[in-house]
Amino acid sequence: MVESEKTWHNLPDRVSSRYLIDKLSRRAVFACAAISLLVLVAIVAFILREGLPAFIQIGVGEFLFGAEWSLKGQEFGILPLVLGSVLATFGTLIIAAPLSIACAIFLAEVSPKRVANVLRSAIEVLVGIPSVVYGLVGMAVLVPVIRKLGGSGYSLLAGIAVLSVMVLPTMTTITEDSLRAVPRGYKEAALALGATHWQAVWRVTVPAAKSGIAAAFVLGMGRAIGETMAVYMVIGNVFAFPTSPLDPARTMTTHILGQIQEAAVGSLHLRALFAVGIVLMIFILIFNSIAFALRRRVQ
Amino acid sequence: MSFEITTKDLDVFYGEKQALKKVNLCVNEHQITALMGPSGCGKSTLLRSLNRMNDNIAGVRVEGQVLLGGRDVYAPEVDAVEIRQRVGMVFQQPNPLPKSIFENIAFGPKVLGMKNKTALEEIAEKSLRAAALWDEVKDELKKSALALSGGQQQRLCIARALAIQPEVILMDEPCSALDPFSTLKIEELMQVLKKRYTIVIVTHNMQQAARVSDWTGFFLMGKLIEYDETAEVFSRPKDKRTENYITGRFG
Amino acid sequence: MKLSPKISQKVAWIAMWIAGVIVFLVLIGLVGFVFLRGIPTLSPGFLSKPITEGGILPAIIGTIYLVLLTLAIAVPLGLGAAIYLAEYAPKGKLTSVVRYGIETLAGVPSIVFGLFGMALFVIVLIGTQSILAGALTMACLVLPTMIRTSEEAIKAVPAAQREASLALGATKWQTITRVVFPAALPGIITAVILCVGRAIEETACLYATLGLSLLTPTSIFHGARTLSLHLYMLATEMPGDRGALVAQAMGTAVILICMVMLINFLAHHLSSRYMSRIRGTGSCEF
Repeated sequence: MVESEKTWHNLPDRVSSRYLIDKLSRRAVFACAAISLLVLVAIVAFILREGLPAFIQIGVGEFLFGAEWSLKGQEFGILPLVLGSVLATFGTLIIAAPLSIACAIFLAEVSPKRVANVLRSAIEVLVGIPSVVYGLVGMAVLVPVIRKLGGSGYSLLAGIAVLSVMVLPTMTTITEDSLRAVPRGYKEAALALGATHWQAVWRVTVPAAKSGIAAAFVLGMGRAIGETMAVYMVIGNVFAFPTSPLDPARTMTTHILGQIQEAAVGSLHLRALFAVGIVLMIFILIFNSIAFALRRRVQ
Repeated sequence: MSFEITTKDLDVFYGEKQALKKVNLCVNEHQITALMGPSGCGKSTLLRSLNRMNDNIAGVRVEGQVLLGGRDVYAPEVDAVEIRQRVGMVFQQPNPLPKSIFENIAFGPKVLGMKNKTALEEIAEKSLRAAALWDEVKDELKKSALALSGGQQQRLCIARALAIQPEVILMDEPCSALDPFSTLKIEELMQVLKKRYTIVIVTHNMQQAARVSDWTGFFLMGKLIEYDETAEVFSRPKDKRTENYITGRFG
Repeated sequence: MKLSPKISQKVAWIAMWIAGVIVFLVLIGLVGFVFLRGIPTLSPGFLSKPITEGGILPAIIGTIYLVLLTLAIAVPLGLGAAIYLAEYAPKGKLTSVVRYGIETLAGVPSIVFGLFGMALFVIVLIGTQSILAGALTMACLVLPTMIRTSEEAIKAVPAAQREASLALGATKWQTITRVVFPAALPGIITAVILCVGRAIEETACLYATLGLSLLTPTSIFHGARTLSLHLYMLATEMPGDRGALVAQAMGTAVILICMVMLINFLAHHLSSRYMSRIRGTGSCEF
């Protein structure tokens, strides 16, 4: 067959700059990925570089278990902060966990579709509201109410209440997802054996979803321990061991926030703040790893 | 210049698994060559190694040669992109891009750098006519290609492949997702196209191989068992395994 | 005494309803309270006056500066990284380590980013708290979101479309820009919108990097404050009449909530459009 007959239209020259562009672009996106990775490494490296010397200078035991933080005496102990964070986090879990399980069951099993949709969009809005707005409403509404119970109102309890509202959406959404991921057959088997709907949900669906629900709780705790502004606005931020929920307290995050502007460059004070950041990151890392493992188990 | 395809001792591995074993095949130009065999026999792997589409799958290793018009497709200086311009491909599932009918046809010429609107329109018309789709879509070239029926989509994919002026068209079970009527249309189209193009078709369907092809290769477990003129393969198979397959004793 | 199954069913169902209603009321109460207290503050003057005269104009401008600069840094970088991870990265150990790292970075608290940003951008690189330092810090914070969300969007584009393009002789990059990117675009826009949302709401990472200036910024080397940061300052640190300051804070909160709701709406709208597009049922021209 004749060549010209085959060529019934002329295409542009086949060798062109597009090969070069292809190669350059590949390098460019690789560079983007490399820089992103570098940012990740830089964050960890910087925090460690600034923070680790503080552990050595202050002494690990002194730092973790000391109960004094004084610039004059150059004493840096963070036990009250760790305790404050832990109490705030577990307090949040105690309030938010039952509520979010109940709300998730409500969404997945109980409520009519339209009610569920309204509630779901409400939850979506809650997720997006800036944390300072939660703090503001906490200051304006919760603090005066708690003041009536005793104290100034700026208290651990106020912090826990604000945090509970903030983590509720995340925990509810993930819990609902894990409830929905349970195969329908499980529940139907229970129903076929004469269980009531509630018995089937509570004894079959919820236990089957327990890894996912646990992951939801751990992620909620991770958010609670890392939250700063909203807590700062209501917790009173007093460096002391709280003896009751009505006492003011200070968490690791609010401590960093409160002192970050004051610490002089190169001072032990600033390095000690980074060291607080390291302790905080370790908590987050533990929570994340647990959540990661739990979610992997679900899959 | 000839456009026959020859493979020499072609081995393809997916990681540890060997998908093709020492395949030697010679595809004649302007004929339809059918590759048949049971699922997983390597026929699609062979097809995809002819235009280096296997390059995109992680862990693929190719040994041996694929000669296209005498040139080794896997030679280090050869670019896979260039090969794919000379070897068009039609897939099992019609895969039009989520663009208009016109844009689907113009895609190939455009990536080659063609910008002239009139020329693109001309190519679109010629390609659609050649794929026997023009009359059905000429008034709605701006419509989404996804709105076409399955059979029309597959013919659009053929038209799209023609627009880059390939020398060879590879078809990977092009009718397996289509109804009998659309299948018939595509088979008729293949008979027209073979006057201009060399066609290699992978098929699951023995009747189709017998109906449309000039040459037939039978694959089993990564090996080319038998390769001959279609009439010969179906009337006087030389290998017992081919005979078992075409008489329906397995697969 | 043990409750009969029927009664426990009733009781449990009522309890679940109560939980749902509580959560709903918390939202309505929260938003309602803010609007009730904040709307009286809203006036043209509130939006257009400087902070010293009780307005929020500098904070609005500061927010716009910060959001735009953050996007200018994080979007190209994050998108490039997402393209690399989705299209080029070999499927090995290293890639999954990188992915896990990005995942972890997404969980690092905002205040830790603040520490990092202060130590690197403010002290080492720029020398002063400024919009640039704040935006760099914020870009680090939103980068994981940008990468993850766009990578998901890119991966959701069916492989058949990539093969179609490659088989027609397109280079890999042409395939990415002409086929993958348009198909993933709504998902990528969703990622950008999520980043905008975070840049608007995150505060702790900006407290020691953005500079907290009361004045309207005129360059990226000036200090500024975002609306969220301004709200925080009004509620806690600014000197003056507490009642008036809290009223201003409530007004700022109304603006913030409206912005966030708008962003939520946009993200939602786009992502549902995106799904229909991927399934091939939606319109194909974007």
